[in-house]
Amino acid sequence: MSYIPHTEADRAEMLAAIGVARVEDLFHDVPAACRFPTLNLPEPLSEMEILAELEAMSEENLDVGHYPCFLGAGAYHHYVPRVVDHLLSRSEFYTAYTPYQPEISQGTLQSIFEYQSMICALTGMEVANASHYDGATSTAEAVIMALSVGRGKRRRVILSPTLHPEYRAVVRTYTRGMELEIVGDEPALNTDLEALISLLDPNTACLIVQTPNFFGQIEDLTGLADRVHAVGAMLIVVTEPVSLGLLRPPGDYGADIVVGEGQGLGNGLNFGGPYLGFFACREKDVRKMAGRLVGQTVDAEGRRGFVLTLSTREQHIRREKATSNICTNEALCALAMAIHLAALGKTGLRTLAELCYHKAHYAAGRIASLEGYRVWNDRPFFHEFVVHCPAPVVAINDYLLEEWGLIGGYDLERDYPHLANHMLLCVTEVIRRQEIEALVEALDEARKEVAA
Amino acid sequence: MRNMKIDPNCRYTQDHEWIRVEGDEGVVGITDYAQDQLSDVVYVELPEVGDTFEQGEVFATVESVKAASDIYLPVGGKILEVNEELEDSPELVNQDPFGAAWLVRIAIADLSELDSLMDAETYRSYVESLDH
Repeated sequence: MSYIPHTEADRAEMLAAIGVARVEDLFHDVPAACRFPTLNLPEPLSEMEILAELEAMSEENLDVGHYPCFLGAGAYHHYVPRVVDHLLSRSEFYTAYTPYQPEISQGTLQSIFEYQSMICALTGMEVANASHYDGATSTAEAVIMALSVGRGKRRRVILSPTLHPEYRAVVRTYTRGMELEIVGDEPALNTDLEALISLLDPNTACLIVQTPNFFGQIEDLTGLADRVHAVGAMLIVVTEPVSLGLLRPPGDYGADIVVGEGQGLGNGLNFGGPYLGFFACREKDVRKMAGRLVGQTVDAEGRRGFVLTLSTREQHIRREKATSNICTNEALCALAMAIHLAALGKTGLRTLAELCYHKAHYAAGRIASLEGYRVWNDRPFFHEFVVHCPAPVVAINDYLLEEWGLIGGYDLERDYPHLANHMLLCVTEVIRRQEIEALVEALDEARKEVAA
Repeated sequence: MRNMKIDPNCRYTQDHEWIRVEGDEGVVGITDYAQDQLSDVVYVELPEVGDTFEQGEVFATVESVKAASDIYLPVGGKILEVNEELEDSPELVNQDPFGAAWLVRIAIADLSELDSLMDAETYRSYVESLDH
C-alpha cells in the first residue's frame, strides 16, 4: 500500500510549475557526497516481526521501576499518581494543538489557565505563560526577554557557572549571531555569588542563577535582586518546582523572571522529551514575554470564560517582530503537572519536598561516614548532593549497576573537568530506606573493588 | 474614512505618522486615519528620553485589539520628551491623535529631511487613493 498521494502526473506538473526537470535538481545545493547516501538497512520485515524485534531491543533497557535510580541532574523520578494519566488520556485533552478558538476550547483553555495560576503561586510571580519545550528553552527565552526589556541595547548576559550546563549551552545556541557578551561561567569555576555580582555593569541585560543549583545546593539569593536592579538589569532565577514546596519562592526575593524544568511533576523520565519548561514574570513586562498566554474574562452575558490573550506579541500577528518564533507550548505536559499538583495539594507538595529533603540528607550523612568518600557540605542542599569518590565515577557507576542493580549518580567531570571523581547523587521520595542502605554498602564495596 | 481629521500644520509620512515642527524641534504622533485603521488602542510602547533614531527607524509600538504596529520616526533625531500619559491612557490615541496623544518630542537632526514628507493636502489625497 502506498501512503503517498501524488501521482507521476502530479509530480511532473509541480516540477514544470517551478521550472526544474527532475526532483533531484531540487537538492542541487547539497554537496554531492551528502546528497543520496546509501543507507545500510536490513531487509524489510512484516509488522509482527518488526514488533518482536523492537520489543526485544526495548527489553534490554533498564528502567527506574526495576532499578533504584540515584541519577538526577535536571530530570527527576517522582511517583506520578495514577489520576494524572487517567485524566490526561481523556479524548477532550489528548491533543497537541493550540486552542485558537475559545468557542470550542473552554475546557482546554481553563486547564492551561489553572496551570499558569499554579506556576504563579509556586514561584511567587504575577504572570506565567502556557509553557515551553523544557527548562533549557525557557531559560533561553528568559534571556531573550531580558534583552528585549533592555531594548536590545544591553548586550551582556551573566550566567552562573552552577546553572545547568545544558541550559547554558542552549542559551548560547538561541542567541548565536546576536553578538552578546556571555560571561560568568568560564572554566575557572567560581561558585561565589560575589564573583558574578562583580560582573554587573550598565551594559548587563540579565544575571541568571539557579537554585537549587546544578550541584543541588540552595543559593542564598537575599539581596541579589537589589544589586542586579541597581544597574538596570533583570534577575532570572532558574528553579525546581518540587523544591518550592519547601523553599521561598523566587518572587519573594525580587526575581524578575522565574523559569525551570517541570518534568518532575506529572511527567516521566523520557529520553529526549517531551519535557516542560515553565516561565513566569512580572505583569509590567508581560508584553515582552514569549509563549502563549491564557486569560480569564467574561462574555457579553457576564459569564466567566477563557481566551488566548495578548496574542499581539506572537508570531501569527507580529511576524518577525514577535517576542519569539517558538510559540509551541507543552500543553499536555503542563496539564500533567497541573493535575499532579492539584492531586498533591498545598500540604501534599510540602510533604513531598520534605520526603525528598530528608531522604537525601539521610543518604548524604551515611555516605559521608564512609571511608574514602567526602560529601560537599559547605552549603545547604535540597535533594541532590556532590560526593567526592575514591575512584572515577564511570567505574563506580558500572560497578553499582552490574553488581548491585543500582543506577548511580551523574559524573560531574563531563561538564567540570576539574571535578574528576565527583558524583552528583539524587534521592527522591521513591527511594526506599533499604535502597539507600544498599547504595551505601555498594559504595563502600566499590572503594575496595574499583579503587584498588 | 468619513470626516477624517488632518492637521494642516503637520507634515506626513506614507506610514501615517505626523510631525509638527517647532523651530528645530518636532512633535510626532500617528494620524487619525492610522488610529481608525488600528481600532481600539490598548498599549503604547515609547522610547526612552535621550535615545536617537534615524529617519524611518522604529521608535515606538502601538498595540490595538487588532495588531501591534511599529511606528517610524518621520525624520532622524534625539528623543527629548515622551508622552507618559499614554502609559495609563492609551485610548487617547483614538480620541485625540493630533493633540493629547502626541507620542514624542524630538530634536531634529537634519531639517532637510522634512522635505521628503508630505504636506497636509498631499497626505489627504494619498489617503483617499488608499481607500479606493
